[in-house]
Amino acid sequence: MIECIDVAKRFGTTAVLAGLTARIEAGEIFAIIGPSGSGKSTLLRLIDLLDTPTEGAIRVGGTDVHREPEQSLAVRRKMGMVFQKPAVFNTTVYENVAIGLRFRGEGKVAIREKVEDVLRMVGLAGYEERRARTLSGGEMQRVALARAMVIEPEVLLLDEPTANLDPVSVALIEDLIFRLNRDRGTTIVFSTHDMYQGQRLAHRVGVLMKGMFAQVGTPREVFTLPASREVARFVGVENVVDGVVAAGENGTSVIDAGGIRIRAHSPFGAGEAVSLCIRSEEIRIAVTSGDTPGRNILPGTVTSVVPRGPFSRVTVDCGVALSSILSWKAADSLGIGEGSRVVVSFSPESVHVVRRG
Amino acid sequence: MYEIVEGIAEAARLIITLDPGVMSIAARSIIVSFTATVAATLISIPLGAAINFGTFRGRTSLINLIQTLYSLPTVIVGLLIFLLISRVGPFGFMRLLFTPTAMIIAQTVLVLPIMTGLTISALSGVDTVIRDTLHSLGATRLQFLANVMKEARFAILTAVAVGFGRAISEVGAAILVGGNIMASSFSGSTRTLTTAISLETSMGNIPQSIALGTILLAIALGVNLVITRMQHR
Repeated sequence: MIECIDVAKRFGTTAVLAGLTARIEAGEIFAIIGPSGSGKSTLLRLIDLLDTPTEGAIRVGGTDVHREPEQSLAVRRKMGMVFQKPAVFNTTVYENVAIGLRFRGEGKVAIREKVEDVLRMVGLAGYEERRARTLSGGEMQRVALARAMVIEPEVLLLDEPTANLDPVSVALIEDLIFRLNRDRGTTIVFSTHDMYQGQRLAHRVGVLMKGMFAQVGTPREVFTLPASREVARFVGVENVVDGVVAAGENGTSVIDAGGIRIRAHSPFGAGEAVSLCIRSEEIRIAVTSGDTPGRNILPGTVTSVVPRGPFSRVTVDCGVALSSILSWKAADSLGIGEGSRVVVSFSPESVHVVRRG
Repeated sequence: MYEIVEGIAEAARLIITLDPGVMSIAARSIIVSFTATVAATLISIPLGAAINFGTFRGRTSLINLIQTLYSLPTVIVGLLIFLLISRVGPFGFMRLLFTPTAMIIAQTVLVLPIMTGLTISALSGVDTVIRDTLHSLGATRLQFLANVMKEARFAILTAVAVGFGRAISEVGAAILVGGNIMASSFSGSTRTLTTAISLETSMGNIPQSIALGTILLAIALGVNLVITRMQHR
């Protein structure tokens, strides 16, 4: 449906996108995740023809949209976009939602029917005559979504649609995105800096970093098998340890990480510089080493216990700092605090190894 | 002091009894300034839109020039129009000097820069997200322009109000090209609120001045009140 080929965008001397290539399939929900300033909005704006790329091509439904200007209105009319900042026209809710249909010359009766339908969908039935500027941020964003949905676009582009909204509106908008895709088959591309939102909604996730996709894959792939240490950090892998493969064969390696040795499943051979990604929830903390065959076992000293919602985040210095997540109860029953001597263990399978550099 | 109090009382009488002399001056003022504002609106809105949406060399300089002309002195405009329409001027043959039409022309020229400038500000003040939204909804060029103007309508209305306020309160141009004439016919006269106040005050006719001044103030405040109420809708 949408193909980006070597897309670059520079504003003056600042490169926002640098040779980005991606393919978004018809009918999928694709999430662009990435830190602030990574170019998420710019990419969506380029797809929606609100900006022109400095280099490269973008195809929407096969049309090279930036090289065929006579097609741009037709292409644009296949797409709808919702912006991060809720923006409504200074008129009634009804007129706000109807405007795209008016642009397309639809009849009065059809407009009324479609507008009322879509307002019901976004939970704003009965708001028709309200002045849109008097609504709350969440309601305004729902108007913006209704306005984009009512034209029944083939592609819906959403630029951080739920940033800074109340939880009720966030849930409502997420549910709408899901239903729109399921019931109408609308291709949806949305950007977010909330990686969990990407995980909840998307069929595929693209991690945008430094103007390029560092990784594209299913949420599961991206979250469990990040392609680089930067992606691992961004998707919330708390423990990223740098090391060098000391020995490796049959898919198992021993990695030397600053004096300590860690066994992991990896395809890399001796001498390769790697990063080890270990999720906190994979790390077990005990007072004695006990019977844990096959696991990496590292003794260490607790350096901090920090409450985090219903959990405690326990950081242990074992030569390298490793963090684990324990329930309060578990932390209490272990009787650990700052300075306690403990044993950290994790299986070689739970270590995801990526090449460094 | 007694004179002022007496003046206020007499002014109240003139207003309450709808004194024909005072009322005709007030009516003329409103007609002249309203017509000038309409004319200036018809020019400044398309002109402001063309400058705002246009991309051409010297656009920024042009906007700066327009903003500088906000403070165009009224007597300079009066002098300019006087030179153009006086008997020896290029448009002298039209016999416009000392007619209400001359005042309308002068006031139109006077308020044109500020109304054009404020129209440009009004249009450029429309949020970029609003512009992007219009594009993304598939607006044609014309639909886009129409809706940006619609979005700026209250700010444009303010420009019109400011223009009317400046027109009705100016005295320099009206007196130079109008001449403050009180003829037997309504349309042959060029006495407006401001020129009359200046004349009556210089003649020591304080009650008349206060009455005219009160009406002028009421008109100015009334217009602003209407605008403010519309903006709060």
